[in-house]
Amino acid sequence: MADTVPLIEVDTISKYFGRVIALKDISTAVRAGEVLCLLGDNGAGKSTLIKCLAGVHPPDEGRIRVEGEAVQFDSPREALERGIATVYQDLAMIPLMSIARNFFLGAEPTVGWGPFRQFDMKRASRIAREELGKLGIDIRDATQPVGTLSGGERQSVAIARAIYFGAKVLILDEPTSALGVKEVGVVLRYIARARAQGVGIVFITHNVHHAYPIGDRFTILDRGQSYGTFAKDEVSREEVLKMMAGGEDLEALTHEIEEFERSDRRAADKP
Amino acid sequence: MAHAPQTIEQDEADTRDASADERIVETSFLQRLISRPELGAAGGALVVWIFFAVLAGDQGFLSLRGTATYLEVSAELGILAIAVALLMIGGEFDLSVGSIIGASGMMTTILAVEYGWPLSAVLIAVLVFAVLVGSFNGYLVLRTGLPSFIITLASLFIFRGATIGVTRLITGRTQVGGLSEAAGYDWAYTLFASDVTVWGVGFPVSILWWLGLAALAAWALQRTPFGNWIYGVGGDAEAARNTGVPVRTVKLTLFILTAIAASLVGVIQAVSFSGADVLRGELREFFAIIVVVIGGTLLTGGYGTVIGAVFGALIFGMVRQGIVFTGVDADWFQVFLGGMLLVAVLVNNWVRRQAMQNR
Repeated sequence: MADTVPLIEVDTISKYFGRVIALKDISTAVRAGEVLCLLGDNGAGKSTLIKCLAGVHPPDEGRIRVEGEAVQFDSPREALERGIATVYQDLAMIPLMSIARNFFLGAEPTVGWGPFRQFDMKRASRIAREELGKLGIDIRDATQPVGTLSGGERQSVAIARAIYFGAKVLILDEPTSALGVKEVGVVLRYIARARAQGVGIVFITHNVHHAYPIGDRFTILDRGQSYGTFAKDEVSREEVLKMMAGGEDLEALTHEIEEFERSDRRAADKP
Repeated sequence: MAHAPQTIEQDEADTRDASADERIVETSFLQRLISRPELGAAGGALVVWIFFAVLAGDQGFLSLRGTATYLEVSAELGILAIAVALLMIGGEFDLSVGSIIGASGMMTTILAVEYGWPLSAVLIAVLVFAVLVGSFNGYLVLRTGLPSFIITLASLFIFRGATIGVTRLITGRTQVGGLSEAAGYDWAYTLFASDVTVWGVGFPVSILWWLGLAALAAWALQRTPFGNWIYGVGGDAEAARNTGVPVRTVKLTLFILTAIAASLVGVIQAVSFSGADVLRGELREFFAIIVVVIGGTLLTGGYGTVIGAVFGALIFGMVRQGIVFTGVDADWFQVFLGGMLLVAVLVNNWVRRQAMQNR
């Protein structure tokens, strides 16, 4: 798989905001049918990197290549036209509208002609149901409001919509961060299904426990710099965690906690 | 693909089984209620009808003539309420519609009577006026980003004041009559103010306008991409913009349609009464919002139907005329109206909370 041309490749890009170095010499890539996890603590530069990929901020240095071709995105729409879709945390879903209406908002299928052209609700419902079915979501009724779905299911509707409208690369911005434990499982399962359909996925998270089970490769960011990209068999969960937290800091913390525990125990032993 | 581990598939089967529990019955009942916001208003209309049928059935409420009376009241407010419903579903208010009714009626009368324009030219001028007024409201709201409630509250006073001022300037009065002498009044009368006879009783043609426009608007809202965009911009304008809906165009169109509907009511009234009064249409902006809300539309936008607004207007007409039939002082009408508004808002709020709830 590693020898195919990446769907999207980031080549030593840097981004500055005034004197702040938001990203410095970051390189990574995602291929079809692969989940790339972008890991890092708050402020590591994850959001800046995906905004570069999504066409929100063009990078100041370095190149982005889509299927081997160097590109310069000036707007999210241009990125979307190249098949790079971003599902943001706030989702762009309207809770009071039905699943089918949400799914096709802004791109409604129609039947008829001229002034009698109308929204083909039957087709919209059928396609929405089918596309969600491909991700393994069984909805009884595509006319039910999105607001009745759980947070994880809403994420999946957004994912299914992006795939249906031709996304080759899906950028998921912290899709699991606002969810309960069970819901995280739901979303991870849908990510696995999307990967099985051959979509390349960039999964942004600061939670290694969400990333590790699903990720094929991991790019770890810390304060705007990359520790590099590792395949799953090259790195353990603990090593990833250590890099994310800036290595020694966490070790020091562990020692400190152990120290507390020891002193607590000592205090408890003394009657 | 080999990536998806076996346990995940297993979990999924479990989840599906778990979803087949006893909550589904409750959910689907709720779902039906949520997907049909007009059900409450339809039920309310039936209750109100039975109420007056019992109380005032033998005073003429049940007769065809009585029915025609309240349908006429419903129709004039109903035409307005259709457009206001679309606008409110699109997330905006228009408080200036009452003033636009007054301005359009007066404009029709003055142009025809004082300046001798034929009514065909007058109607085109009124239409252009409505488009300009609607664009003015819409442009200001979109440009400033301020709540439409405040912007159109300003328009309410600007248009009403200007109507009174200009009318007095031109005619020296605040009521102008004599429209029936104008060129083209006959066909205008047929179109806007004649009666359609059903079983010997004349039903005002405005009822046909009301039902016809309601059918058209209901179709557009439920069955066209534009209708989907209306729900979208009212539900979450930012999200709608992200998915490619032309938010500004949709809202501007809705403001213009609302102004046109108000002008149509103004013209119907001017032609019916063969003249106009500068104060016509007062309080209509609130009545329209009230019947739209009674019809199940949310004040916050993104949810509601045209059919609901039709039932809301029907209730309004039945209560207003029903009270007259019972012989109770008509002052009590406003108490009744306010009470119904309160009940409707509470019910709508509850429905919305249900719709937004995670399940």
